[in-house]
Amino acid sequence: MLRTLFSFPGGIKPDPHKEASARTPIAPVPLPERLVLPLRQSAGIAPLPTVRVGERVKKGQVVAAAEQWISASLHAPTSGKVADIGNYPLAHPSGLPAPAIVIEADGLDEWQERQPLDWQNLAPQAVLRYLQQSGVVGLGGAVFPSHVKLDTEARIEELIINGAECEPYITCDDRLMRERAAEIVSGIALLRDLTGARQTLIAIENNKPEAIRAMRGAISEHRENFAVITLPTRYPAGSLRQLVYALTGKRAPSNVLPTAMNVQCFNVATVHSIWRATAHGEPVVRRVVTVSGNVRAPKNWEAPIGMSMTALLQLSEPFSDTDGLIVGGPMMGLSLPLTNAPITKGSNCLIARSPRIFPPRPPESPCIRCTACAQACPQGLQPFELYWWSRARNFDKAADYALAECIECGCCAYVCPAAIPLVHYFRFAKGELAAAAREQKMADSAKSRFEFRQFRAEREKAEKAEKLAKAAAAQAAKQALAAATKSATFEEQAQNAVASSQEERH
Amino acid sequence: MDILTAIAVMALGALLLGAALGYAAIRFKVEGNPVTDKINAILPQTQCGQCGFPGCKPYAEAIASGKAEINLCPPGGNEGARKLAELLGRDYAPLADEVKTEKKRVVAVIVEDRCIGCTLCIQACPVDAIVGAARQMHTVVEALCTGCELCLKPCPVECIDMRALPETPETWRWPEVERRGIKARGQRLESMAAC
Repeated sequence: MLRTLFSFPGGIKPDPHKEASARTPIAPVPLPERLVLPLRQSAGIAPLPTVRVGERVKKGQVVAAAEQWISASLHAPTSGKVADIGNYPLAHPSGLPAPAIVIEADGLDEWQERQPLDWQNLAPQAVLRYLQQSGVVGLGGAVFPSHVKLDTEARIEELIINGAECEPYITCDDRLMRERAAEIVSGIALLRDLTGARQTLIAIENNKPEAIRAMRGAISEHRENFAVITLPTRYPAGSLRQLVYALTGKRAPSNVLPTAMNVQCFNVATVHSIWRATAHGEPVVRRVVTVSGNVRAPKNWEAPIGMSMTALLQLSEPFSDTDGLIVGGPMMGLSLPLTNAPITKGSNCLIARSPRIFPPRPPESPCIRCTACAQACPQGLQPFELYWWSRARNFDKAADYALAECIECGCCAYVCPAAIPLVHYFRFAKGELAAAAREQKMADSAKSRFEFRQFRAEREKAEKAEKLAKAAAAQAAKQALAAATKSATFEEQAQNAVASSQEERH
Repeated sequence: MDILTAIAVMALGALLLGAALGYAAIRFKVEGNPVTDKINAILPQTQCGQCGFPGCKPYAEAIASGKAEINLCPPGGNEGARKLAELLGRDYAPLADEVKTEKKRVVAVIVEDRCIGCTLCIQACPVDAIVGAARQMHTVVEALCTGCELCLKPCPVECIDMRALPETPETWRWPEVERRGIKARGQRLESMAAC
């Protein structure tokens, strides 16, 4: 099928480094003894624990349940005992701990009872609730709960399945499409039925010919009319806004949801997990993680959620000069020291870092406004202006230059000849703006409560005064009445006296 | 004659413009002082009274009428004083000595074992952040507390502590970038200049 592709501005073509880990099939992971499950595994509100310390759990059992709509449940990735519920370190740049459930595996890996969902005969809302309870979130990295994306009144024209995988080193989606294309296609059919999409487009970058072939084969086997679109390899082709534009020509600012453009987009790994959840009754308890970089055996591992990152890295035999980890891709991922933080639903890639592969950034030199960053920016921003205002701590001005539209893809920092860590400046400025907005919200709420309190005090005073006035009036009326009766009796007496005296005279 | 026409024309113009101005003054009258609202929007709304005025709005009114300095608000900090200076075109001055220095966000916490349920702190709280009833245990709603410390004094059993909120991954912010290159070069230039 021929289709005109739109070309988003900017972008870069970094060295892909994908062959190393894409060569071998997805490998299972020997069961770890201990799994740490941070409660916050998705965007939105963290689920609340439903188990107690010491309780036995089976594989796939809910250990934390979603209580709000924008939230997804969390499940035990293996059978065992709940060893602890407390604060544990996360794969987060702050290194701060966060609430987590720890499970000690019993080695049996015993599933709870699994039942496929009869989704064809269920109301769409029931299916969405099932997906929420199965802990399905976007596995591409943004971890937004999938059921919320499906919960829309908007008519979906194009359903986009994202298999672009544009960041260097990462190959987990590539391997998944090669090996499990049939399941992915079944999942896409489910999503197509749920959204009622007119057109289904599967986007894959042209550097993954095997994945494209596998997906096309599975589609013709399933007799579906999905179109596999081959994208030219250019980072960040797999980013939501860029992908939607490339395929449909639709563009909108960051505060407009894709559904408002009648588009919805899902990552292939998410689609796969949706199919496992509905057709096999398996909640999201594992994911495919690419381990690459400074290791002897780069590979994709199917790891249980909660496994220690260092333990997973050990399976790929890192070289001795490994001095850290990159969680996610080299462009957008987080650079961390070797950490025992757990794999979460959003961890798609671990890259072993060494000074040889990732030499330290040269010192930053002054910006000469060469505009290389503006030419590389896929969002059409002016990073040199954003940099200038962020550096000067003039955050409002940075916001005026559309800082919120920055997707932190790192293209600008990649091309910057002055080696300025631009994205770091933008993250700093975004954080400060978010904090200021939070404070402003608190101040506004404090102000309105203070004003209501004053109003209440006034009202109570007025009510009291009114009550007092009423009481006083009642008192006065009573007195007047008493006086009146008193005087009445006096008059009577007087009249009687007069009458009697007259009688006496007669 | 010419001069009389000129005077008449000018007088008529003055009358017309005067009438228009007079009408506008009534028709477009602004209720309250808009500057007060702008100042009040910058103040942090902790209602703590540390500035010496009973709440943020009275302080804003005092600033607007020129009766108070702009650097009396510790919760707003030097950043707040700078914003006020910018708004009012006054000179920036760091926090005055008579008020306490800047602090991180703290919230009041009631030690529940010691609380006797006297409701005095509830009456003192300017933003209704304490819940409880007579002879029942009281609790500060953490998300609503502005850390103004007005509840500390009325408590007869001293059961209220001020605690700093711990940082979590949700409240954490990216730190400012360390500018190794430029700074180092700047220092080198400075040392050269000193020679």
